[in-house]
Amino acid sequence: MASVKEMKQTLFGPIFANNPIALQILGVCSALAVTGKMENTFVMCLALTFVLVLSNVSISIIRNHIPSSVRIIVQMTIIASLVIVVDQLLKAFAYDIAQELSVFVGLIITNCIVMGRAEAFAMKEGPVASFFDGLGNALGYSVVLLTVGFFRELFGSGSLFGLQILPLITEGGWYTPVGLLVLPPSAFFIIGGFIWVLRTYRPEQVEAKE
Amino acid sequence: MEHYLSMFVRAVFIENLALSFFLGMCTFLAVSKKVTTAFGLGVAVIVVLGLAVPLGNLVNTYVLAPGALAWAGFPDADLSFLRFLTFIGVIAALVQILEMALDKFLPALYNALGIFLPLITVNCAIFGGVLFMVERDYNFTESVVYGVGSGVGWALAITLLAAVREKLKYADIPDGLRGLGITFISTGLIGLGFMSFSGVSL
Repeated sequence: MASVKEMKQTLFGPIFANNPIALQILGVCSALAVTGKMENTFVMCLALTFVLVLSNVSISIIRNHIPSSVRIIVQMTIIASLVIVVDQLLKAFAYDIAQELSVFVGLIITNCIVMGRAEAFAMKEGPVASFFDGLGNALGYSVVLLTVGFFRELFGSGSLFGLQILPLITEGGWYTPVGLLVLPPSAFFIIGGFIWVLRTYRPEQVEAKE
Repeated sequence: MEHYLSMFVRAVFIENLALSFFLGMCTFLAVSKKVTTAFGLGVAVIVVLGLAVPLGNLVNTYVLAPGALAWAGFPDADLSFLRFLTFIGVIAALVQILEMALDKFLPALYNALGIFLPLITVNCAIFGGVLFMVERDYNFTESVVYGVGSGVGWALAITLLAAVREKLKYADIPDGLRGLGITFISTGLIGLGFMSFSGVSL
């Protein structure tokens, strides 16, 4: 049984010190396209947290019974089943958001964070440690995603979670929305900036010159 | 014919999988340091997408869609909730078979593409392409065109990015941005360039 300090390290490490998106280039794939609105971003983060935590725990519980030659298939099946559950739940209780997220919920299956953590952590450690590892990585992912979503929605359309914060000039207010932030490529600029800020603050993450 | 041509152009330029839907980003950013490797991976993606999308279409039409099992005597069956699980299995099996077939019959091609094939199983671009095909209700011919077209678009994007990154080696980049940061920003700029195609009316 690991100590409380190690648990804390597993939980909070992935948020800034070892962020899955900013440092390991994992899991950027599917999610950037949903960051135009905070509401969608938030639902996407919840969905990923659910899948990542449960897949980590369940893979960790049966890790000693999985033959290593078929482990990828077993992991895939567990992850895909969890994603099907999330997808059906979203379609049942939040149909509008499910429509907007469209294929991106399904793409959690191929999200490298989920597979990566299953392979790198859950196959080696116990269920409790895996639970915290899953939660920590999901938080690290959510921090990046919510930051991108925050900037894109606030400055792109002057609102947060659909609530008007900055009154738009078209509706008699004073704020001219930045059209660029509504377009998909802006997400790349914001993540690039996020990485820059993070690495200025933590110089040990700077990559060596080629 | 014109319909298919405009669909192809749309898949390559306007709705580019990598640059406007962010699919396959992990491999896109990780394997774009050299043009030759990037091009190899791009060709592998074209091949796999060109096969996986039509195959997914067949599986969907004859097994998964509501009422699709009528030929087997189950006209009321609706297996569409099994879509994710089935498609990921189909893609994994397809890549595995392709790998073995190439190794047996075309060893030269296998040596060139072989290392990339396992990477492709978990590439979101393939899975995303198949899911888009289902969502947009393409028929078989359309799915062939869409599969090849989106593959070509993805290959084009990664080759372009690799070319930019090869030049970036000589640039003096601020410490915090070096490597991943500047790659994200250049991808964004290429994406902006591709956005200009969205004005093309087909």
